[in-house]
Amino acid sequence: MSSPAPRSGGRLAENLLVAAAVAVVGLLIVVPLASVFAEAFAGGVAAWWRALAHDPDTRHAIWLSLTVAPLAVAINTGFGIAAAWLLARFRFPGRSLLITLCDLPFSVSPVVAGLALVLIFGRQGLLGPTLAALGWKVIFSWPGLVLATTFVTLPLVVREVLPVMEAIGPEEELAAVSLGAGGWQVFTRITLPNIRWALLHGVVLANARAMGEFGAVYVVSGHIAGATDTMPLRVEKLFQEYRTPASMAVASVLAGLALVTLVAKFVIERQLEAEARELAAARGLADTIDTDPATAGSDASGKDSSA
Amino acid sequence: MSISIRGISKAFGTFRALDDVSLDVPQGTLLALLGPSGSGKTTLLRIIAGLEWPDAGRIEEDGTDVTDRHARQREVGFVFQHYALFRHMNVFENIAFGLRIRKVAAREVEAKVNELLHLVRLDGLGGRKPAQLSGGQRQRVALARALAIRPKILLLDEPFGALDAKVRVELRQWLRRLHDEIGMTSVFVTHDQEEAFELADEVVVMNHGRIEQRGTPDEVFEHPSTPFVMDFLGNVNVFHGRVEKGQAFWHGVQFDYPDYPHAQARPAQVYLRPHELDIDRPTDRPPQAAAQGSLAARVVRTTRSGATIRISCRPDGTESELHVDIAADRARDLALQTGDQVVITPRKVRVFLPDPEYVI
Repeated sequence: MSSPAPRSGGRLAENLLVAAAVAVVGLLIVVPLASVFAEAFAGGVAAWWRALAHDPDTRHAIWLSLTVAPLAVAINTGFGIAAAWLLARFRFPGRSLLITLCDLPFSVSPVVAGLALVLIFGRQGLLGPTLAALGWKVIFSWPGLVLATTFVTLPLVVREVLPVMEAIGPEEELAAVSLGAGGWQVFTRITLPNIRWALLHGVVLANARAMGEFGAVYVVSGHIAGATDTMPLRVEKLFQEYRTPASMAVASVLAGLALVTLVAKFVIERQLEAEARELAAARGLADTIDTDPATAGSDASGKDSSA
Repeated sequence: MSISIRGISKAFGTFRALDDVSLDVPQGTLLALLGPSGSGKTTLLRIIAGLEWPDAGRIEEDGTDVTDRHARQREVGFVFQHYALFRHMNVFENIAFGLRIRKVAAREVEAKVNELLHLVRLDGLGGRKPAQLSGGQRQRVALARALAIRPKILLLDEPFGALDAKVRVELRQWLRRLHDEIGMTSVFVTHDQEEAFELADEVVVMNHGRIEQRGTPDEVFEHPSTPFVMDFLGNVNVFHGRVEKGQAFWHGVQFDYPDYPHAQARPAQVYLRPHELDIDRPTDRPPQAAAQGSLAARVVRTTRSGATIRISCRPDGTESELHVDIAADRARDLALQTGDQVVITPRKVRVFLPDPEYVI
C-alpha cells in the first residue's frame, strides 16, 4: 500500500481507515452472506436440494420469479433504450422533468409503489371495474407482479444507457443515415453495438433488483402460496413458519444470484471503462489539436480613432 | 451535379442560423464556406446533406427539388468534423457500410473497398479499428467511406480542423487532386482562410447566417466587399477616418474615394494591409512625397514573422500602431532601429463606410 503522504501520521490514518472499511464490509456484508450459505447447506447438499425441489410451493415461487423478472427486465430494456435515445438526442420542454421522473422509483418506498398500483388496478381501484369487465386480473396475479417489478427497476436501464449515449453523440448515427441506412439499420448496426456494454450493465442490475424485489411485490401479490409468491416472498413466508433451513435454501439461491451479478458487473464495468478511455482518447486527440490556434488571420489590426 | 440553394432560412430557438441564403454551386466546383463559428456555415452544409431541415427555402440538385428528400436518399457523401467513424467496426467495414446497406454482393464489396483503400493510401490497414489509426488516417477512412456510395456531391465539415499543421497541408493537396480526378461537386466548411484560399475554386464568406461575399480566392482577397470580410481575412490595420466630396481622409493623409461624392462628411473605416505599405527613411524620399499621401511615424519595434519582417510604427500625433510588412532584404537595407523616424506610403487603401448593422 503506497501513500502519497510521506508523513508517518498520514500513513497511520490511512491504515486505520482501511481497517475500518474492511471491518464494516466484513461485518455487514461478507459474514452475513456467508452465514446464509452456511445455514442453507448445514444439512448437506441433498437436504438443500430437497428443500428447493420437493416443495411444490417453493418450486412455483422459483418458477414465478424466473418468469416475472425477465418480463420486467424486457419491458425496462425496451423502455430504457427508447427513453435514453429520446433524452440524449432531443431537447424539448419538460426534458429535465422527464429525467427526474425516470429516477423517481429510486426515491419512492417500494411499498408505496405497490399500494399505488393497487389504487389503480385493484378491484376498488381506478381501472378496477374496466379490468373486471374485461375479465383481466392484475392485482393478486402475475401481471401485477410484473408491473410492480417494472416500476421498481425502471431507472436502472435508462440511467446506464443515457450517459453513454450522450458521451458518444449523434455523429455516428448521422453518418450511417447519410450512407443510406434506415432507422432500424442505424439502431441495430450503430447505436446498439455502441451502447451494448452499458445496456448489459443496466440489464444485469435490473435483473438482480427484479429477482430480489420484496416490498412492492408483497403488496400486489396477495401472498398466495403456489400462485403469487415469488422467491423473496417465499423466503419470508418459510421463515415466518419456522422452516429456517428451507427458508435459507431459497435465500441461498438469491444470494448466489447476487454473486453471479457481482462477477458480471465486474467484467462489464471493465469493458465500460475501456470504452470510455478509448472515447476520451479519440476526443482528446481531436480537442488538443483543435485548440491549436488555427491561424484564422494573424491579428495585425491596430485600432485608432483619429480623424 | 450542380446544387442550387434558394432562400434557405433556419432558426434554432431565437438564434437565426441562416437568413435567406441563396447560392449556386456549379457541377465540378470545389467550394469553400468560410466564416467564424456561429456564422451558419455548418448548418448550411448539413441542410445540403439533408441532416437538417430548413425552416424556409429549397435545395435543388441538377434542377430537381430535393428539399423534402431524407438524408439517406440524397446520395451525398458527408465527412464529419471528427470523422464519426464507426468505432466498433474495422476500417474495411467502415468503408463497406454504405455498400452493405445497398445490398451489394460480397465479392463486389471486397473489390470496391480494396480499391478505395488503395485510393486513400491505406492498403493493408483494413483490419484496424479506428482507435488504432492516426488523425490523418482516420480522416482518409472517413473520406473513403463517403466516396464508397459514389456520391455526386461531397460535403466536408472542417475536414482538416483536427489535424496537425503538416498533415493538414499534405491532405489538402491530396484532396484537391482527388476532387479533380473524380469530378464531383464538393463543398467544405472551414474557419481557416488559408485553407479556403489554397483549396477552393470559389470561396463563400459567411457571417451571421448571411453570405457576405462570394468569389474566387483572388477576388475575395483583393476586393473584399465588406468590412467584415476585410476583418475576417485578418492581418490588416484598421483606422477610423472620414469621407467627404470624393475624398477619404485619415490622419492628414488624403485618398481618392469617388464612391462618396457628397459634401457632408461621414466617418469611415480605413483598412491598410501591412504588405501594401511602403516604408522609407525621410531622407530617402523626395520632399513632395508627404503631399502625395504619406504619413510620418516612428518605429516602435521590429519583429520577424516567417520570411517577412514586421515593423510596428506609431504615426506621429497618435497612440495607435500601424504594422508594415517588408521583405527581409529590404529590412536589412533600411536597418531601422526603435525610435527612428520613417515615412509610410500606402500603395492600396480600402475605405468602408460603417454599416449601422455591422458589428465586429
